[in-house]
Amino acid sequence: MGKLLVHQDLVNDETANKLIKLCPFGAIEYKDGKLEINAGCKMCRICIKKGPKGVIEFVEEQTTKVDKSAYKGIAVYVDHVEGRIHPVTFELIGKAKELAKKVNYPVYCIFPGFQILDSAEELLHYGADEVFIYDYVELEHFRIEPYTAVFEDFINNKKPSIILIGATTIGRSLAPRVAARFRTGLTADCTVLDIKENSDLVQIRPAFGGNIMAQIVTPNSRPQLATVRYKIMNAPERTEEVSGKITVCSMDTNKFKSNVDVIKITKKEIEGNISESEIIVVAGRAIKTKKDMSLAYELAEVLGGNFAGTRPMVEAGWIDAKKQIGLSGRTVKPKLIITLGVSGAVQFTAGMKSADYIFAINKDPKAAIFSVAHYGIIGDIYEIVPKLIENIKNEKGLTGELPKYAAPSTRN
Amino acid sequence: MKIIVCIKQVPGTSKVQVDPVTGVLIRDGIDTKMNPYDLFALETALRLKEEYGGHVKVISMGPPQAMEVIKEAFMMGADDGLLVSDRKFAGADVLATSYTLSQGIRKMGNFNLIITGKQTTDGDTAQVGPEIAEYLQIPHIANVLKILEVTDNDITVEMDMPETIEIAKVKFPCLLSVEKDIFQPRLPSFKRKIKTKDKEIKVICLNDMEDKNEKKYGLSGSPTQVERIFPPDENADKEIWEGTGEELADKITKKLKELKFI
Ligand SMILES: Cc1cc2nc3c(=O)[nH]c(=O)nc-3n(C[C@H](O)[C@H](O)[C@@H](O)COP(=O)(O)OP(=O)(O)OC[C@H]3O[C@@H](n4cnc5c(N)ncnc54)[C@H](O)[C@@H]3O)c2cc1C
Ligand SMILES: Cc1cc2nc3c(=O)[nH]c(=O)nc-3n(C[C@H](O)[C@H](O)[C@H](O)COP(=O)(O)OP(=O)(O)OC[C@H]3O[C@@H](n4cnc5c(N)ncnc54)[C@H](O)[C@@H]3O)c2cc1C
Ligand code: SF4
Repeated sequence: MGKLLVHQDLVNDETANKLIKLCPFGAIEYKDGKLEINAGCKMCRICIKKGPKGVIEFVEEQTTKVDKSAYKGIAVYVDHVEGRIHPVTFELIGKAKELAKKVNYPVYCIFPGFQILDSAEELLHYGADEVFIYDYVELEHFRIEPYTAVFEDFINNKKPSIILIGATTIGRSLAPRVAARFRTGLTADCTVLDIKENSDLVQIRPAFGGNIMAQIVTPNSRPQLATVRYKIMNAPERTEEVSGKITVCSMDTNKFKSNVDVIKITKKEIEGNISESEIIVVAGRAIKTKKDMSLAYELAEVLGGNFAGTRPMVEAGWIDAKKQIGLSGRTVKPKLIITLGVSGAVQFTAGMKSADYIFAINKDPKAAIFSVAHYGIIGDIYEIVPKLIENIKNEKGLTGELPKYAAPSTRN
Repeated sequence: MKIIVCIKQVPGTSKVQVDPVTGVLIRDGIDTKMNPYDLFALETALRLKEEYGGHVKVISMGPPQAMEVIKEAFMMGADDGLLVSDRKFAGADVLATSYTLSQGIRKMGNFNLIITGKQTTDGDTAQVGPEIAEYLQIPHIANVLKILEVTDNDITVEMDMPETIEIAKVKFPCLLSVEKDIFQPRLPSFKRKIKTKDKEIKVICLNDMEDKNEKKYGLSGSPTQVERIFPPDENADKEIWEGTGEELADKITKKLKELKFI
C-alpha cells in the first residue's frame, strides 16, 4: 500500500496542465497554484510514469504484512444448479492446475449442495486433488447466507491462497460476499491469470467495456479471489483414472439460517443459447429489412451454427434479446464468428473478440471491426453472402430448400 | 417504504441539457454521466415508492463533481441525496468503496431496501452491491429481473440464475442489484429540475463516519492494486481482402474449408 505525494515546488501551469490531461480518470485538480489528487484517483500511476518527472511520487506506507506461507492451495468453487456442474468449473480446474504446478500447491474444489456425491466424483476426472463437499438439504438451492457460511468454514479450515470462481450469476453474487467477509481482494472477470513465486496471483482483466486492460494483484491479503467468465479458460481433457479424493465436511447447521426463501424455479430455455455455439453468424445494422435477416439465418444454417445480432438489431425487434452479443448482451467465444455489416463498436467487440477466428464483412474499409477481425472482407453483404451460402451448399452437397432455421448447436 | 439507491458518476460522452423549446432533456456533450445501469436501480425505487409510498434517497461516493448525478437523481424524483467525498477515499477498490458506502448508509437513517445497479461502465466489476450487503449484515439478491410482490416485511423477486429463473422472497432489510431493463428509466423532468435547483445535498467526509480509521478507506483500505493499465492487443496476424462479391465469397469459402469449418 502507499499513496501519492505531490511535490508542489515542481508544480506550475505547464506541469499541472500536462498532468491533468494525462490522468485518465480526471482525478487531478489544479487550484490556486496547488495540485491536488481527488477521490476519483484509481492509482493507475500513469501520472508518475508518463508525467513530468518527479512532480507526483508514490510513497510506500508501512502496513502489517500478511503471512503468505500460512495459505496454500488453489480452490475452485463448483458452480452448479441442483448438482449439475457448470462447465466453467472444469475450465477453472484446468487453470488452477496450471498455476498450482508453478508453486507446488494442491488444487481443491469447494462444493456446497445437496445429494452431490456423484457429481463430486466427476470433478476428480478433471484433476482436482481434493473435493470438499458440504452436503446438506439447506444447501439444495443457492441462497446467499448459507453458501457464504460454507466458504467461511472452508477458508478458516483449509486456508487456500487463491480461490477461483466462475463469473456466472451465482459466482458474481457469491464471490464479493465472501471477499468482503474476509476483507480481501476480488478481481472480476479475469481473462489472464498467472502466479508469482511469492504466490501473488497476477490478474488481468478488461474494464471500461474492454477499452483498457488492467493488471491487478492482491499483494497483502489472503485468500486472493478472482472470478473468470465462462469460455475464457480451457477445460482439461477428462481422464479415466483419478488420483484425488473426496472429503465430506460437516458444519454447524445453525449457520445456514437465511432470510431468503426460494419459492419457485423454472428452467430457462436453452434453445438457441449463443454462449454455447461453436459457430456464430452476427447480423449487424447493414441488414435493411426484417426479411433480409434470412441472410444471417441461412448462413448460420448451412454452417451448422447459430445466429446472433448487434444491439440495434435487438432494438429493432428483429432478433431476440438473448441473442445480443456485447457488453450489455452475451459474451461468446466460438471457434468461428462471421459478422455481417457490423461496425465494431467496443461495446460489441467486448463480447466476441476472443473468438478463435473472426471473419468480418463490411463495406467501409475504415470500420473498427477490421481491427479485431482475422479476416477483414471489404464488400457488400448483399453481394457476398448469397453467393457464399450457395458455395457452402455446394461444398456440403446440400441441395434444394433448407428447412427454416431450427437447430441450435448442442453443448459439448 | 424507505429505499436507498447507490449511484455512481462515470466518464461518459453525455451530459444532461435541457432543450429550451420542448423541455426535453438532451444528452450530449462530454465529461461524465450517471452510470447507465444505475438509472434502472433508481427507476425501480421510484416505481416502488409510487406504489407503496415512502421515500427514495440516493447516495454516491466520488469527487465533489459527483454532485451532478445526485442532482440528476432529483430531477428523476429522488427525495434526498448524500455525497460521500474525501480525498482520503482516493484509490478505493471494491472493498474500500463498499465499506465507505456502507458507512455512509449508516448515516442515512433506517431503510427497508437498498438498490444498486448491476455494474458500472468504468470499473465494471458488479461487486459493490453484494459487498455493501455483507458489511451491513443484510441479505442480498443479485440479478433481479422483476419485482413480483411487496409486503410490510418482505419482497418477492425474480432472479436470473445460470440455467434457471428463480422466484425468491427476501426479508427486509435487504439489498437488491437489478438487471437493466427491469423498468424503462424515466427521463429527468424539467419541472423537477427547476424545483430542486436549490435543494440541499449533504456532503460527508471521513470525519463524519462512525469508523474514522483512515486505514480502512481509499488506497490503504484496498487489498487489490492496479499494477498497470494497457490497451488490449489487437489481433496480430490479419488479412484484409478486397474484390467483387463473387471473388470474396469464393475466397471466404476456400478459407473456411481450409480451417475445416466446411
Ligand atoms: C481498470 C480498473 C479495473 C478495476 N478492477 C477492479 C477489480 O477487479 N477489483 C476491485 O476490487 N476493484 C477494481 N477496480 C476498482 C473499482 O472498479 C472501483 O474503484 C470501485 O470503486 C467500484 O467498483 P465498480 O465501478 O466496478 O462498481 P460495480 O461493482 O460495477 O457497481 C455496482 C453498483 O454499485 C453501486 N456503486 C458502485 N460504485 C459506487 C459509488 N462510488 N457510489 C455509489 N454507488 C456505487 C452502483 O449502484 C453500481 O451500479 C478497478 C478499477 C479500474 C480503473
Ligand atoms: C452502454 C452501452 C452498451 C452497449 N452494448 C452493446 C451490446 O451489448 N451489443 C452491441 O452490439 N452494441 C452495444 N451497444 C451499441 C454499440 O455502441 C453500437 O451502437 C452497435 O454495436 C452498433 O451496431 P451495428 O454494428 O450493427 O450498427 P452500425 O454501427 O450502424 O454499423 C453498421 C455497419 O454496417 C456497414 N454496412 C452498411 N451496409 C452494408 C452492406 N450492404 N454491406 C456491408 N457492410 C455494410 C456499415 O459500414 C457499418 O459499419 C452499446 C452501447 C452502449 C452505450
Ligand atoms: S494514479 Fe492514475 S488516476 Fe491517480 S492521479 Fe495518477 S493518473 Fe490519475
